[in-house]
Parts: sequence; C-alpha cells; structure tokens
Amino acid sequence: MTVFQLDITRYCCPLTFVKVKAQLYRLAPGDILEVRLKGAEPLENVPATVVREGHAVLGIESLGGGVHLVRMQKMAAGA
Amino acid sequence: MERELDDAFLERYSRHILLPEVGVAGQLRIRRAKVLVVGAGGLGSPAALYLAAAGVGVLGIADADTVDLSNLQRQILHGTADIGTAKVESAARRIAAVNPEVAVVVHREYLTAATIGAVVSQYDFVVEGVDNFPSKYLVNDACVLAGVPFSMGGILQFVGQTMTVLPGRTACYRCVMGEPPTGKVPTCASAGVFGAIAGMLGSIQAAEALKFVTGVGRPLGDALLCFDAKAMDFMKSPVRRDPSCPLCGDHPVIRELADQAGPACPQRGRPARWAGAV
Repeated sequence: MTVFQLDITRYCCPLTFVKVKAQLYRLAPGDILEVRLKGAEPLENVPATVVREGHAVLGIESLGGGVHLVRMQKMAAGA
Repeated sequence: MERELDDAFLERYSRHILLPEVGVAGQLRIRRAKVLVVGAGGLGSPAALYLAAAGVGVLGIADADTVDLSNLQRQILHGTADIGTAKVESAARRIAAVNPEVAVVVHREYLTAATIGAVVSQYDFVVEGVDNFPSKYLVNDACVLAGVPFSMGGILQFVGQTMTVLPGRTACYRCVMGEPPTGKVPTCASAGVFGAIAGMLGSIQAAEALKFVTGVGRPLGDALLCFDAKAMDFMKSPVRRDPSCPLCGDHPVIRELADQAGPACPQRGRPARWAGAV
C-alpha cells in the first residue's frame, strides 16, 4: 500500500474530479490518495465521484482558507 | 502513461472520462483504436467528425472523389472553399482542425476487390458510407472475410437504415439484403436526400464504432435500425444470420472478393429480406 498526493486546488470542476479519477486509475488497489482541493464545488463533487466509482473516502479535513484534504483508498481496478 | 494522461488529454476528453462506462480506460482504448471511414460524403462526414472529436488514434478516410457544389448541402466535412479538391484532403484538413491528435490516413482511391482486403485489415472497425450497391457489397464481403466489424449505412430522401456487422457472430449485409440488385435503382442524385438525415445516420455509425472500441453497451448486431425522418419514426427490426448466406452461412461459396457490377444507391425501398416494415 502506497500513499500518493494530488493537489487540484487550481482546477475547476469538472476537471477536478476527472483528475482524481485519472489518478485513481494509475493506482493499485489498496493505495491511498490524499487530495488537496479548494472550494465548495470540488468538496461536494470529488468525494461523490470517488464513492460512485466504487472507492472509499477515508476522511475529509479542513486546512483553512477553503482548502480541504480528502483521503481516499482505491478499492478495485476500475476506470 | 504519464504523457497520455496529461491535463490537456483529461480536459479534452473529460465528458467521456466522466462516464462510468467509459472512464480513463475507455478513452485510452479510443486513443489506441484504428477506424476506417469508407466514403467521405454524407455519412462519412459526420462519422469522421465525431470519431475525430472522440480522439480515435488512427482515422482512415477512403474516397476517390473531389468536392462539388451539390455535396455541400449535406457533406459537412467539406466547405465552399474545398470545391474541386480531393475529398480526402479536405477531410484531413478539417479533422486536423477538430483534433490534431488524430493520425489521419488518406486512401485516395476507389477500393476494389484487389485492394480493399489489405486496407480494411489494418483497422479495428470500418464505417461504410458508400453511395452504390456494388461498393456496399464489396465492403461487406471484405470485412466479413477479414473478420473486421463494420457499420453499414444508407440514406435516401427521408429514410435511413443501418446495422452493425460482427463477422462470424451476426448477420451480414448479404444475409439481410440477399443478392445485389440489378436494373435501375434511385440515387440521391435522382431522388434527392434531406441533408440533415445524413447527420442522423452518420452519427449513429460513429457511435457504433466507439461503442465497439470501448466495449460500451450492445452493438447494433442482428438488428436493422431504420428511420423515417418525416414522422421521426425509428424502428429496430431483428435480423438473423442466414444459414444459406453465400458469404457467412453454413456453406459459404464466396471465399474471395470480386468487383460487383450493378446499379448505384444504398436505398431502394424494402430490401429483400427485411424482417420488419416502415
């Protein structure tokens, strides 16, 4: 199990969750991905996308300034 | 992989990648796909444009004709400034403008029995949009013998029809249409065609090609899809592989290609073995 980081604070939706989807695609099942995002829309869309794709959201932490850290785990080989 | 998944790739194809049925894996399959469009006319135009927009890796365009004024009513790959130029060149320019990532292979030739087999064999899927029966049968025979899936399409006046052939698995054009027609048949030039229906049908053919490449959904195999745009009626009729088909039946007699003599036009009312009705 490896931990990866992805910073999408400079992106707007839908590219935010497309980038998360693409990063998850690269990982092996069991790997952890920590995503830094900014804004209300990505905060809503990214975890929803992760769950919809069949992966797990492990936690969401506020870092201040509208930035959040979303920890997720790849559950199975997917798109 | 890193170059393949850069931000430009993700943004350009984001609307595909967002689809659970496509995703990154599906878009990469599209990128690695090789699709041939036979005929850069009414059907080939929208098909090629949507295949290019989707990011097909290699897009072959086969057409020997030059653009003329009467084409422009429906052959949307070409513009007024292209009159007199080779359709494949006009197509290549337009495709490059839509998506420079697509590698365009031009086949500026009439595909014949001697040449078509080697051409179709280079591709994963063929979109057939030719305007005459001999060529339709030739494409059918070549694809079936080469084992290359293809989409058949035809339009006339307000009517369109299409089916997808998966060689060895589903009905081929001969199974549905029987022997090639003889005698005079109406053509788009003589009977006319409502321009926008070219877009309707060619787009369906592009969707079938992309579905095949990505594995999404169910191909239009063993089914003849017809529409009458006047009432916007769509009908899907089941068809079946004919055990006595001379090409793909239980005892095939056509084992090599031959140039067919015959009349033009892909549409002539009800075909011989159409299992439905308009």
